[in-house]
This record gives sequence, structure tokens and C-alpha cells, in this order.
Amino acid sequence: MNRTKWRNLKNEWLSNKIGIAASVVLAILVLGAIGAFLSPNDPNALDVLGKLKPPSANHWFGTDEYGRDYFARALYGGRVSLLVGFSAMIVATIVGTVVGVVSGYFGGWLDNLLMRLLEIIMSIPSFLVMLLLSVLLKPGIVTLVIIIGLLMWMNMARIIRAETLAAKEREYVLYAKASGQGAFGIILRHILPGIVPVIIVSATNNIASAILMESSLSFLGFGIQPPNATWGSMLTSAQGHIMDAPYLALLPGALILLTVLCFNILGDILRVGLEPKLVKR
Amino acid sequence: MRQLIVRRLLQTIPLLFFVSIACFALVKLAPGDPVLSFVTPNMHPEDIERIRHHLGLDQPAYMQYLLWLKEMFRGNLGYSLVNHQPVAHQIIERIPATAGLMGSALLLAVLIAIPLGLAAGSQRNRWADKLINLISYIGISIPIFWLAIMLIYLFAIQLHWLPVMGMRTIGKESAMDVIKHGILPCSVLAFSFLSTYVRYIRSGTIGQLKEEYVQIQYAFGSSKRIVLFRHVMKHVLLPIITLLGMSMAELVTGAIVTETVFSWPGIGSLGMTAVKGLDYPVIMGITLLSALLLIIGNLLADILYGFADPRIKTTR
Repeated sequence: MNRTKWRNLKNEWLSNKIGIAASVVLAILVLGAIGAFLSPNDPNALDVLGKLKPPSANHWFGTDEYGRDYFARALYGGRVSLLVGFSAMIVATIVGTVVGVVSGYFGGWLDNLLMRLLEIIMSIPSFLVMLLLSVLLKPGIVTLVIIIGLLMWMNMARIIRAETLAAKEREYVLYAKASGQGAFGIILRHILPGIVPVIIVSATNNIASAILMESSLSFLGFGIQPPNATWGSMLTSAQGHIMDAPYLALLPGALILLTVLCFNILGDILRVGLEPKLVKR
Repeated sequence: MRQLIVRRLLQTIPLLFFVSIACFALVKLAPGDPVLSFVTPNMHPEDIERIRHHLGLDQPAYMQYLLWLKEMFRGNLGYSLVNHQPVAHQIIERIPATAGLMGSALLLAVLIAIPLGLAAGSQRNRWADKLINLISYIGISIPIFWLAIMLIYLFAIQLHWLPVMGMRTIGKESAMDVIKHGILPCSVLAFSFLSTYVRYIRSGTIGQLKEEYVQIQYAFGSSKRIVLFRHVMKHVLLPIITLLGMSMAELVTGAIVTETVFSWPGIGSLGMTAVKGLDYPVIMGITLLSALLLIIGNLLADILYGFADPRIKTTR
């Protein structure tokens, strides 16, 4: 069962041209973010004379209102956006998996308590809370990751709870229980391996929404603080120069779109691989 | 049916109670002394204490919560720390702008999503499906503020067809003027809603077209259009009820980003200003309102769903 799930995921991914294209694009974006330091231009170097210059050989995407190289800033901005998106996904995945598995496996009052708690959190408008928290806590990468991560785990917890409920009734789990294995061991050795593919699929979609959230927060001025840039905050200043330098708005937005699009496509392809019965080609 | 409604209503009450506690706690835990916003330089410490007593801030936290709850039931959400206006009044004043914007965006989204979703689902893997699929993928992936900036650049700055921001031209009081201002924010929001709807309707259509009744309809000589719009649509629209119910909360907060980009004077931009100025009573009021709407929206969706599909009540 488990091995076929993995093989289905892999087959679906490799047999789909769009999936491979999305992976290649993401790999390029990640490499760009990691290799940002190779860029000959310092992303924070000011140049009073070279303000708002259109694209040229020296500055591939022109310069911003302080004469900073826009391409270098976009590379470094991508580093932050991808890092925040990925780390927030990790936080959400850990919390969501723990809550989901515990709730599904133990059931009873614990399940009730956790699911009511989840409903309460889901009833509170998360974006407003996110804005408020990022004002109250010092805005930085770590706080941003925690805030976004802690507001994203709920759907995942629900999915994983349902999967755990199903896995719990499987015979091998019942035998493990009968053989006297502890709850922790059963969860770790018999339940978790079965639901890893589900976790991967929803984690992929979570990265996409985390990156979107980070960019919205940064765009509104609540995320990473200047002089450091993210794609979202680059768009804030680009909006102010929409009259004299409209090309500034193009690059960061297109990069966000591309990244989120690729993660969403990958997530859906993996889902098809996971549930071939549901979505037959 | 009645049983379902009663049970869902009973579930709602504790949920509302806990949401209000969470809301209150969030504000209580926040740093800063709300009394300070009333203090002027030539006040005596006794005056400050009197204000504190007057606001009920010298009482233990649970008493403060009960007082707040009591006032809330009387329609008093407190006063803004920034301009000392009643919060309820400020929110009510801005409801028409947001409700109008979101209402028309949702309507537009549903009206466009239904034919698109049916078309995509019934022409699976053909070029129309692929195109619609691509559009909906872009719709769920595009940062809404970027789309807004791009549209402002194209339609307002380059083509001068539409105003850049705001809701009214100063000195003009016509409905046409408001509509002109609303076209861009409304389309941006509608695009992001409809992308989700299209995906649901498409997969619903694909599932329904495999059902036996479709074959029977064809066998009796129904055209594809009749099968799609008269039979398949009924089933496919059910999940949309749930989605619309969930959108109720977005009536308030979903528009924060869009309203900010377009300087639309609605609840979203009120919330944005409140967060920036740490105006807790306003934040609390908006949070509570949107939580209430979300809960009511889900409740309504469940009940409507029960009416639309009587099979539901046996399963709950």
C-alpha cells in the first residue's frame, strides 16, 4: 500500500510535462535565491545619481528610487520570500501533523477539545490577527514564520485527523496494538509512514499560500523591514512610482506569481498521484 | 430538518462565546495602557485614576470581560482610542462600501464561474478546458495587490478609462461615479473568487457527467446544453453554497488588501488603520463582526444545503 502510494506520486510527477516544468522553474528560483551573493551588484548599495534608471546592461531590471540594483534586490527578496514560505510550511506541517494525529489516534475528549479549539481559531479572521501580531511582535523573519505558520495548520490538521482515523482501523495497527506496543511507537512506526504522502501534498499547497501571505503582509508594510527587501515590499515602493517607473512593478509580482503557481501546480499533480481513483485521467 | 437547525444553532453558541473570549484576551495581552490615550499633559493622577475607574479598567479581567459582553449586547462596542468615536457607529458607517463591493464581486464571480466551470468540465482536456484551467490556476496564485497595481496602471493611468482610487470623485454625488470607481476593485476580487469556484464546478461537472441519469437524458434525446444547465448544474452548485457561506467572513476582512490598494473607504481599510494605530476597540469590533459573519455564514450554508439536498439530514 505504502510503496504503491510513493510510486504513484513519483509516476504522476515524472509523467507530467507541466510538473517537470514547474519543478525546473522552482529549482531555478531557489538557485537564484541561494546564489544571490554572486550578483555583482550590492542589493542595498545606494546610488543617488542612478535613481529610477530603466533596464540596462549593468542593471538588468533597472534601479529603484534609491538607485539600488533591482535585479539584485529581487534575488535577495526571493531568498526571504522562499525562506519564509518554506519555514512557515514546516511550522504549519509540524503543528498540523501533531494535532491531527493525536486527535485522530486518541479520540475521545482530547479529540473533542482539539477540534473545538481548531474551530475557534478558524472563526477568527486570520489576516487581521496576522496584521495585529506582526505589529505587536517585532517584525523579523522568525516572527513572520511563526505568525504565518501558526495561522495555517488548521486545514492540514483536519486532513491528517481523517487519515489517522482511517489508518487506526487497519489490521496491522490493530495487531501492533495487540502485541503490546505503546501508542507513541504505533503512531511513529505504523501510522505516520502511511500518511506521509498526504502530508507532502498539503505541505506543497501550504508553501504556496505561505508565500502569498508573506508577500501581502510585506506589501502592507507589516513584514520584513527596510532596507531589506522581499517581493511584497518591493511592490509597495513600486506602487508609489507607477507613474514614472511602471516597469518596477513587473518583476517582483511576476516572480511571486510564478513561484506560487509552480507550487500550486505541483501540489495538484501530487494529489492526482495520491488519489488516482478520484481524478482519473 | 428542524432538528438539524436546532443542533447547529446550539453548537454555535459556545463557539461564539469562546471566540469572544479569544478576542478579548488578544487585546488584553497586547502591550500599552488604553487609559494613556485619554490623558492630557495637565491632568492630575487622580483624574487618570477616575478615567480608569470610569472605563472599568481597575476591575479584574473577568469582570472587564463580563462588562464588555454586557455592553456588546446593548450594541455598544466601545470607543476608538484614536478619535473617541463609538466603534459600532464607525463600523456601521462603512458597511455599505464593503458590502457593496464584496456583494457585487461575489455575484460577478458566481455568474462567470458557473458557465466557465460547466464548459471546462464538459470539454475535459480539450483546449477550452485547458485555457479555463490555466486562468483559474493563475487566479489562485496571483498576488491580488499586484493584479490591482497592474490594472490601475493599464486602465487608470495609461488608458484613463477609470479613476485610480477612492470611491467618489470629490464634489460628485452620482451612482455612476461610485460604479466607475468600483469596477477595478470589484473585478480584482471577483477574479480571485471565481478561480476557486471554477475549480469546484469543473470537478463537480466531471463527476456528475459519469452518472447514469446523464446517459438516460442523452438516450431520451436531450441536448448537451439541456443536460448541463438543467440537470448537472443543480448538483454542481451545492458546494458553491458552502463556499459562499465561507465568503461571508471575507465580506469584512477579505477586502483588507484590495481596499488598501484602491483606498476604498470600507471596513477593510478601517481595520488596516486601526491595526497601524493599535486602536484595540476597533480591531476587536471588526474581528468580532467578521467571526460572527463567518459562523452565521457556515450555519446558513449548512441549513441551505439541508434544504437543497434532503439526503444530508440522515447523515448528520
